[in-house]
Amino acid sequence: MASGDFALWVYLSRPPLLWLTVTVIVYAAVDAVSRALQRRPLTNPVLHSVWIIGVLLAATRTDYATYFEGAQFIHFLLGPATVALAVPLYENRDVVARALAPMMAALVVGSVVACGSAILIASWLGAPRGTLISLAPKSVTAGVAMAISEQLGGDPALTAVLVISTGILGAIIVTPMMNALGIRDFRARGFAVGLASHGIGTARAFQVDPVAGTFAGVAIGLNALLTSIVAPILISWIGR
Amino acid sequence: MIASLGLILFCQLVGEAIARSLALPVPGPVLGMALLFVVLVARDRARPWAPAFLTSGEVETTGKSLLAHLSLLFIPAGVGVVRNLDVLAANGVALAAALVVSTVLALLASVATFRLVSRLTGGG
Repeated sequence: MASGDFALWVYLSRPPLLWLTVTVIVYAAVDAVSRALQRRPLTNPVLHSVWIIGVLLAATRTDYATYFEGAQFIHFLLGPATVALAVPLYENRDVVARALAPMMAALVVGSVVACGSAILIASWLGAPRGTLISLAPKSVTAGVAMAISEQLGGDPALTAVLVISTGILGAIIVTPMMNALGIRDFRARGFAVGLASHGIGTARAFQVDPVAGTFAGVAIGLNALLTSIVAPILISWIGR
Repeated sequence: MIASLGLILFCQLVGEAIARSLALPVPGPVLGMALLFVVLVARDRARPWAPAFLTSGEVETTGKSLLAHLSLLFIPAGVGVVRNLDVLAANGVALAAALVVSTVLALLASVATFRLVSRLTGGG
């Protein structure tokens, strides 16, 4: 028979409430720290929330399926939030309309470099073809990246891991890198991080500047479209 | 607030329906974004006929509050990564090197091209 304390624990640990609450509270705490430290790149809230929750799951021997029963309500909001990117796009529509030519050029070059350089490097280091395919769409938003990977014969689970890692990496690298290069054009900075690091890069861009966030949001959609065309071609050239 | 949320969900629904039925390589929500953008522009063209929630700035407020904590929304997927790091075991070094170098190169190539073409076309 479950004694008092344990029965309460069993009741409360029934998903979805527990892990939904944990996710929101851990994020709120990490975000407050990140804000207090002037949003320094290494205080990235996704990075730190993810490992802290990972440790909590391991410590309580909770499997991911149980965690996701609670966290799915947050995960679901990714769709509506993507639609909501129309609001900053609308508010900055004149700036975006005037930057069509640089955006299209950066899209083509960036998309080929993001996909091609990853395949080349991993291929030089001896990764097998299946791994190269799974890696190719790593800069694309997760849903589309997994579909591209699956269609070409890759492993969608591996692709998901690589996509999220690329997002966090880009979100951390972009600000110090652009500052070091002396680039103050927030349209260009935002577009680059949205292209290279999809939504997680876009979240970072919005922390820095609303125009950067807007251009990052546009780049997510454009790069999803172009990579689905470019990736199969590059894989057939480089991927042996 | 609730009408705006309804509109945003509706745009996503239409986007998903189009993306799925035509098997487009674009996420449904991205098409939904395009649709909401068209709705906002159309509203300005036809202000007298637009419903009140569209003209009161409510859609903008709702959209911005959804975007205010965009980072939070990636955490459930991110936790999945932490729990599946073993898929990286086979080619860990090659993949880590490829991710870091390729992300830097992609950022560099995009930002350099953007700035170059912007200057060439007189966009500053």
